[in-house]
Amino acid sequence: MKKIIGSIGVIILVLVVAVGTLTTNNIEETTLDKLKEEFSDEHIPSVDHSKFAQLQKDFDSPSAVTEECIACHNKRHEEVMQSNHWNWEREEYIEGRGIVSIGKKNAMNNFCIGTQGNEKSCAKCHIGYGMDEKGFSFTDANNIDCLVCHDNTETYAKAPNQGGDPLLTLDFNNIAQNVGKPKRTNCGVCHFFGGGGDNVKHGDLSSAMFDPSSDVDIHMAVDGMDMQCISCHETNQHVIAGKMYSLSSMNSNRVFCEDCHTETPHENEILNEHTLKVACQTCHIPVYAKERSTKMRWDWSKAGKLKNGEAYHEEDSLGNHTYLSIKGSFVWERKVTPEYQWFNGTASHYLEGDEINDTTKAVVMNELHGKYSDSESKIIPVKVHRAIQPYDPINKILIQPKLYSDKKGEGAFWKDFNWETASEQGMKEAGLPFSGEITFINTEMNWPINHQVSSAENSVQCSDCHTRENSRLAKLNDFYMPGRDYSKIIDFIGIWNILLAFVGIAIHGSFRIIASKKLKNGVKNND
Amino acid sequence: MTKKVYVYRAFERFWHWMQAILIIFLAFSGFEIHGSYSFFGFEEAVHYHNIAAYLFIVLIVFAIFWHFTTGEWKQYIPTYKNLVKQMRYYLWGMFKNEPHPTKKTVLRKLNPMQKLTYFGLKVLVIPIMVSSGILYMLYRYPQSHEIKYLNIDSLEIIALVHTLAAFFLVSFVVVHLYLITTGETLTSNLKAMFTGYEELEDDDVDVKNTKENNNAN
Repeated sequence: MKKIIGSIGVIILVLVVAVGTLTTNNIEETTLDKLKEEFSDEHIPSVDHSKFAQLQKDFDSPSAVTEECIACHNKRHEEVMQSNHWNWEREEYIEGRGIVSIGKKNAMNNFCIGTQGNEKSCAKCHIGYGMDEKGFSFTDANNIDCLVCHDNTETYAKAPNQGGDPLLTLDFNNIAQNVGKPKRTNCGVCHFFGGGGDNVKHGDLSSAMFDPSSDVDIHMAVDGMDMQCISCHETNQHVIAGKMYSLSSMNSNRVFCEDCHTETPHENEILNEHTLKVACQTCHIPVYAKERSTKMRWDWSKAGKLKNGEAYHEEDSLGNHTYLSIKGSFVWERKVTPEYQWFNGTASHYLEGDEINDTTKAVVMNELHGKYSDSESKIIPVKVHRAIQPYDPINKILIQPKLYSDKKGEGAFWKDFNWETASEQGMKEAGLPFSGEITFINTEMNWPINHQVSSAENSVQCSDCHTRENSRLAKLNDFYMPGRDYSKIIDFIGIWNILLAFVGIAIHGSFRIIASKKLKNGVKNND
Repeated sequence: MTKKVYVYRAFERFWHWMQAILIIFLAFSGFEIHGSYSFFGFEEAVHYHNIAAYLFIVLIVFAIFWHFTTGEWKQYIPTYKNLVKQMRYYLWGMFKNEPHPTKKTVLRKLNPMQKLTYFGLKVLVIPIMVSSGILYMLYRYPQSHEIKYLNIDSLEIIALVHTLAAFFLVSFVVVHLYLITTGETLTSNLKAMFTGYEELEDDDVDVKNTKENNNAN
């Protein structure tokens, strides 16, 4: 009989394991296979630009190329001139603030702080020519830089500090004859170097993305699907899908993993349920800044130190600048574990002139909105860049210093190393008040992490979050998560309940033993 | 004069031992999910816990059917009769080698304390465990999927109730394992649950259930 019970037990356990193993059906492969097929198709251009007579002539300026582009593509410039890449601002609705015009023109960050007064330098990453602090013609279509996005020779390059103009040594003839869909290099020259250096800003966009391995990025891997930026950032009439919340506020025109992979891409139903509250990136980007370090901290208050009257720099073992006289000191990190935040697709921003009333905590430059109870919110991975930057304690506003100038004596910090004159000049050019007093204040900026997706095997594991110790989600405390959370009271009651049961058994059991010995002795005595 | 009597029928024993295995397995995997220790790994623990939970529910459905078709459910109706005597026996009489105050028969397998405890398990702890477990499993997130109409905004209460009930069930198992040693001999209750047969006093025995052959094993 015992054998029967035993074998039933074994059978049940075998059944449990069997059901567990057999319930893993393949639903994913078809979707993935379709996607692989779709993105394997090579794009064949409809025209060969090198055959056009208009592009045979010698171009003496980049604007002359633009003129020829518009001569044939005679509506496209209108689209470009509507775009954020051109305007550097747009109308956005911000909760609690209404509709505001926001963009690089008037938002501030905690890297090089802002563009105002520094246009000539910043415009190296503007899709136009001829911007400087005196202004820029946003209405002159010949100022459009078609080539920075459409050059397929990979030779086009903008000149530093020239308001967006390219190097004049380029072979515009050759470049103009070899234009096409933007490649990684076109997007990357700006977006991989945001903040003035490789991977300074984003953390998940660096020069490593020009030719990444599948360990760095499963989608763009040159040994894999070799996808381009525009494979996901689909573009229609020069409106490029995708948003960066360093400047965006509204939940629109975003790119989602789900657009291709569907909302339920896993074999495991429990994982599919997670997609309701957890963004794909949260599990599938376990670390960012995989090959190139990214800037995590920036201390402007240390800027301005000179050696023998000269600006200098210091580097760490990986060649990252840890100190620059013109910018201050930095902390860089590589293979960084993201921080996590709730995010519903909307954000608010610190805009020029916003008063800061609570100086006890860091000023959040771009607050991501979201919470557990909001059905639109999901947990996303974020790079948080922390900085110490100049602040006017009398007017309670962040200071926009003038940083760049091509010569000394104009107040630019990068030439004169004087905070007073740089602040005064910068605030003047930005049209903001300045009290004359400068202190430094802690700021934080949130950079949602969307790139450098790892393979499924390397993604975040259940126990990385569902654990009491060192949970990745330890800071998100507005909900109950199995494995991480418990009630101390209930555990106390429960554990003591079990312990008392054992204590009761011990007492009762020992009484029984004593009693049975006594009875035996009693029997003996009676004999 | 005692006789071997067929007390626990085949399904009853099957049900009992299946339940025992499942409850122990559910508790073991469940407290791993709770974060008390790590054995299978969180993902596997959840996976196996859910499978065992479904098996347990199936077993309960069969057990309910059996209880009602056989009328065995009546065994579990609590009674005050002899309750105090039974308590006194466990706390006092047992040590004096007094006889069990409740005579065990096929029609009265349970003493008043057992009736009360098992009744509590059946109408309170197990239903709480199963219903909170089902909500735990089918609960997604606010406004979604299967049970959206219940509009549960948080897992917290469900999880805490499930945990508390689990602690009580574990305590029950501990005490239960001890109390099975308080039969005629240390192992007579255990044997009975394996074989179905138990030595009972002869008067009051249902003749049909009597087995004259003493080599029942």
